[in-house]
Amino acid sequence: MTSTGAALDSRKRYLAYLVPMGAVSAALLVGAVMLLLLDASPLAGVKAMFNGAFGSREALSSTALKATPLLFVGVGITIAFRANVINIGGEGQLVAGGLLSTAVAIGLPDLPAFVMLPAVLLAGMVGGALWGAVPGALKAYYGVNEILSTIMLNVVAVQLMNFLLRGPLIDPGEIERGTRIPQTERLQANADLPLLFGSGRLHIGPLIAILAAVGAYILLWRTPLGYRLRAVGQSADASRYAGIPVKRIVLLALTLSGAVAGLAGAVLVFGSESHRMVTDGSTAGFTGSAGFNGIVAALFGGLHPLWTIPASFLFGGLLVGGNALQRAVQVPSALILALNGLVVVFVVATDRYRKRLRDQAARAAATAATVPALVGNERPPGLAGDDP
Amino acid sequence: MSKFFAEAVLIATVASGIRLAVPLLVASLGETFGQRSGVLNLGVDGIMLLGAFSGYYAVLQSGNVWLGLLAGIGVGIALGLASAVISVSLLAEQGISGIGVYLFGLGMSDLLFQRLVGTPRPIKSFPKLDIPGLSDIPWVGRMLFRHSVIVYLAFVAIPFSMWVINRTTFGMKIRAVGENPEAADSVGVSVAGVRYATVTIGGTLAGVAGAALAIDLGIFQQNLTNAAGFIAIALVYFGAWRPLGVMAGALLYGFVNSLVLQFKTLGIIPRSWSDIAAMSPAVITILALVLVARRFRQPAALTKPFLRGE
Repeated sequence: MTSTGAALDSRKRYLAYLVPMGAVSAALLVGAVMLLLLDASPLAGVKAMFNGAFGSREALSSTALKATPLLFVGVGITIAFRANVINIGGEGQLVAGGLLSTAVAIGLPDLPAFVMLPAVLLAGMVGGALWGAVPGALKAYYGVNEILSTIMLNVVAVQLMNFLLRGPLIDPGEIERGTRIPQTERLQANADLPLLFGSGRLHIGPLIAILAAVGAYILLWRTPLGYRLRAVGQSADASRYAGIPVKRIVLLALTLSGAVAGLAGAVLVFGSESHRMVTDGSTAGFTGSAGFNGIVAALFGGLHPLWTIPASFLFGGLLVGGNALQRAVQVPSALILALNGLVVVFVVATDRYRKRLRDQAARAAATAATVPALVGNERPPGLAGDDP
Repeated sequence: MSKFFAEAVLIATVASGIRLAVPLLVASLGETFGQRSGVLNLGVDGIMLLGAFSGYYAVLQSGNVWLGLLAGIGVGIALGLASAVISVSLLAEQGISGIGVYLFGLGMSDLLFQRLVGTPRPIKSFPKLDIPGLSDIPWVGRMLFRHSVIVYLAFVAIPFSMWVINRTTFGMKIRAVGENPEAADSVGVSVAGVRYATVTIGGTLAGVAGAALAIDLGIFQQNLTNAAGFIAIALVYFGAWRPLGVMAGALLYGFVNSLVLQFKTLGIIPRSWSDIAAMSPAVITILALVLVARRFRQPAALTKPFLRGE
């Protein structure tokens, strides 16, 4: 009967939503077991993490700040993945965005903030876009696997950052003093990201990130370009047949994806407490591995820009809580990175199951809608073969 | 520069290039098996890091480098099997699941190191082995035949891999499963079985590569591999999925790295430009990827999970 069909349909649909949640819970459970193995009380650990991430105003603003680059990168990854392009180059795109925006801030004279801020943010986007366009073009026109080229460009970006911050962009004071710390001078104050409440550390970065997520949603589902991106993601062959310039769309997907990640680089520089760009020689020193952790957030958000917002705040909280965990129960915060890895593995490994539930729900709904006269448990032929 | 000095520098550069190539070579050979059977394992770097830590820790505790290598093998097998479960049985998207394994290995190796060791302590390295007779040949002897044992083992693995892939029934099954899993399945080859085997081989060799790297350097630190695992994956493409090609890529990478180091110490390039020079291996790899993509075809079923009847 249709009513049972509909009930089954909605139950399966909810189950499909629950699968990623279950995967994350499983990963966190492994984390609890690891705490036990490390002779730390999981309860005390979880309490310390929760308080460290969400327990106070200060904690909440730390979480928001940590979530910001994750959200930017996550949104960028959503755009690329929807076009079936896998962008592992978030790290490099962050660095490229940070570098170009820093160079612009050093190069431009003192301009009022309402000119300066948009200029440096735009420069960040351009930097990231360039760093995304290279693998995009290589994939579209030369058939180079984008996973590999984006990873290689991460390596190139670190070296470029080290070169620029040790040489051309270094704070002249560092050379005078002979200390030669690879960092820029304190960048001009007109480019500082305004503080959200006039004081404290929380700046407008998280708001920009949320705007970017909303923008990506509108782009993907409310514009012709977004339709084309998603069409190419569904089937490149069918899209080509329909006259969509597939190569250009692939290039555009990685460029846009890089632009959003590059924006995060600018926000990291101009929202930093020292208001300068610093390198410790590694990418993670600048990005905090946001280029990778953003993938985790995007996956947990179901590769949907809007769902990536809460997902980023959750994982931002996890990272901030990790530091509290280290202080409270003396477990290195590297545990959080390991857990993030497990989250990725568990979410991706159960994705097949989630899709099957979703498709079953969709089929049940279609059956209920098109064949209302059908009685009992019978289903029309062709739709019956549910499970392999 | 005196002629004698130039000779010594040249020989040292080639010898150190060969040494630097070894971890990449071992990891790439392993990944070649997986990719020929149609599975892209992006978690190599994570497995290498955990292999490196366990190798380092085993040597630190026992003082025996072979126990260290064995620890790397053990970790590699375990993580290789886990990767096989994820990509073969659970049919996960291979472009992403490997990143999870990478992050897990990166975090976990750091966690274990901080917890079990704390401050870095140096360990014993592999014994040197001068091949009798050959090592006395002028120039060549010092370049090729005065290495530590692990270097020879790694290079012996190349012809062995070629033989397995090209000349054995198992190798034929690997290629069949990587090119056309449906056809292989229809004649009774277990696609899942073959892929479990290749991904586990890949994991094992990644674990060995990590342990070899840590023991060779005699040290462990956070993110010791510095993305070597990803470079190893790129080298498989670079080598067009053939062991000899992979070897060429690994050696090129080793030589370029050793040249950059040598230039830096000799002051041939100014210090400030050494970061630019350090980019060259990655840039060369990208260029090579372009060339390979034009000339060679990847295994047809690469990154495509296989489910009977789909």
